[in-house]
Amino acid sequence: MRWRYLSHSIRKYSKDANGFQVGIVGAGPAGFYCAQQLLKKIPGCQIDIYERLPVPFGLVRYGVAPDHPEVKNVINTFTKTASNENIRFIGNVSLGCHITLAQLKHSYNAVVLAYGADEDRKLNIAGENVSNVVSATKFIGWYNGLPADKNIKVDLDVEHAVIVGQGNVALDVARILLSPVDELRKTDITEYSLEALTQSKVKKVTLVGRRGPLQVAFTIKELREMLKLPGVSTHFFENQMNDIDKVINDLPRPRKRLMQLMYDASQKTEVRNKLFDILFLRTPISILGTSKIEGIELAVNHLEGERAVVTDEKYTLKCELAFRSIGYRSVQADPDIPFDKMSSTVPQSTGVYSVGWLSSGPVGVILSTMSNAFQAATLIGQHFDKGLLGERKPGYDYISKILEDKGIITVDWNGWMKIDKVEVERGIKHGKPREKIVDIDEMLQIGGILK
Amino acid sequence: MSVKLLKYIVSNSCIRSRVHNMKYMSTVNNDKPIKVTFNKANGDKIIAEGKKGDSLLDVIINNNLDFDGYGACEGTLTCSTCHVILDSKDYDALPDKPSDEELDMLDLAYNLTDTSRLGCQIILEEKLDGLEVKVPATVNDARYN
Ligand SMILES: Cc1cc2nc3c(=O)[nH]c(=O)nc-3n(C[C@H](O)[C@H](O)[C@H](O)COP(=O)(O)OP(=O)(O)OC[C@H]3O[C@@H](n4cnc5c(N)ncnc54)[C@H](O)[C@@H]3O)c2cc1C
Ligand code: FES
Repeated sequence: MRWRYLSHSIRKYSKDANGFQVGIVGAGPAGFYCAQQLLKKIPGCQIDIYERLPVPFGLVRYGVAPDHPEVKNVINTFTKTASNENIRFIGNVSLGCHITLAQLKHSYNAVVLAYGADEDRKLNIAGENVSNVVSATKFIGWYNGLPADKNIKVDLDVEHAVIVGQGNVALDVARILLSPVDELRKTDITEYSLEALTQSKVKKVTLVGRRGPLQVAFTIKELREMLKLPGVSTHFFENQMNDIDKVINDLPRPRKRLMQLMYDASQKTEVRNKLFDILFLRTPISILGTSKIEGIELAVNHLEGERAVVTDEKYTLKCELAFRSIGYRSVQADPDIPFDKMSSTVPQSTGVYSVGWLSSGPVGVILSTMSNAFQAATLIGQHFDKGLLGERKPGYDYISKILEDKGIITVDWNGWMKIDKVEVERGIKHGKPREKIVDIDEMLQIGGILK
Repeated sequence: MSVKLLKYIVSNSCIRSRVHNMKYMSTVNNDKPIKVTFNKANGDKIIAEGKKGDSLLDVIINNNLDFDGYGACEGTLTCSTCHVILDSKDYDALPDKPSDEELDMLDLAYNLTDTSRLGCQIILEEKLDGLEVKVPATVNDARYN
């Protein structure tokens, strides 16, 4: 004990961790995991977490599917981190809108950018703007109650939906569309989307990918869940799975198990009420329909190695609703951010760091985001130990004056706890874990502070 | 390292004595403590005790062991942060084989091996007393420090 204390105090006095100020931008998993680790690497440092929304948790609240409540258990760890007296949450403050990177650098020894990757990639094909061609990101934001997406238009009074993309996000959308709605009633899905899904006529969902079965991006757990959905049968197009069994045994384990599961599923012939279709080797080339989508014209691809190459052959898929789910992209929230335009990520530099999807690119589950955040925190700890982040900084004192001058209403952790309480109470009425508030003004009325 | 070790020895002996005390106090609770050794990637060897019916994750939580990020989904088979590696004898001796769902999550773990399991799915029983598991390196371990 005494040794520990001694080494702490040596560290404290030599590098003055007490005055060390860290500003984190973004209160998603990356921001929280980084904060958690920094508390250990630089004991005594002060960490301020800025979040654009009045409420924390990023994609854990607004991305992770409502029928995956277990994944959201990480919120308990984040809440524990936030309760540390050296952590301050400042909600409703946006980098690039209310504050600048220059101001953050003036205020903090280390600035950690953790604002994720929330722009969705477009197909960039003719007809993409006709109605009922929807971004999967926005659809997910809509059912999860993201304030910006609460009013998006999607007509579910149709039978056939196509999803372009074959990752876990695409599977989330397919599952929500095909799940028996009563399964969703017990989740924290928003009440308005529950109503829309109750009226939904969607009977068939087709998942379209550019490459073949061996290249799918979704993971096995998510596929297994689809295969177990009550009342839904899974089909593969045109015997596209036929030769897979010949290569399965040569694959490394994770791929091998996934391919085996897909192959076994492709050999089943049962037909249930609803259909989940998987179509490989197609690239969308145009959306058909003048005002509303009537179908998608696809090019047939073949594989050269791992790469999909478009052929002259065309294929038309009739549908009345389409989602694009071909990935996310980070934006440069402030012109001073050392943003790599090629990869849409932010590299590490002394004093300005990036974590999570902004750092790694928009791939990977919470586990990989955690690892990435821990790694960055270790790097910051090393820079601190080497004395690279030296001089005294004003921290929140400086930023709070800017926010005050601009009349910005902020939400602190206590404010979030109030919002949380109201949401949980409203949920009880509907037999749900919570009913999310989707109106920013209402959130601010409940949890906001105006100085 | 040596300080850490000292701390664990101290805390372990506290746990041990607490268990002993409980034994004297109560005749109902006569579960023998089950010892588990966690070998961390940075070389730390951590010995802890659990009781029958505890998962390895329970042992880590109940003993307040500081394994960064371990057990993120709190044992609900949705994260794979509780990955441990056993030697093949112990792996084969475990009473329950991994379920498909456990294998699905393991497929996402770093440093996956043929004798990997998820700690939240390994349930202790008396014959597992003395079990040793490796907690594989994640980025928060030695090689990055
Ligand atoms: C639809 C979907 C479902 C997923 N499901 C799972 C799952 O089931 N299991 C799993 O393990 N992983 C899942 N993931 C992956 C997981 O969500 C990510 O790994 C993780 O959220 C990335 O964390 P992050 O902190 O980098 O980004 P985010 O979670 O996006 O957090 C970024 C935060 O920054 C804020 N922000 C943005 N711009 C600004 C700004 N200018 N100023 C201030 N703040 C800003 C945002 O509001 C947000 O709160 C899913 C992802 C998606 C998209
Ligand atoms: S704690 Fe998440 S899978 Fe074991």
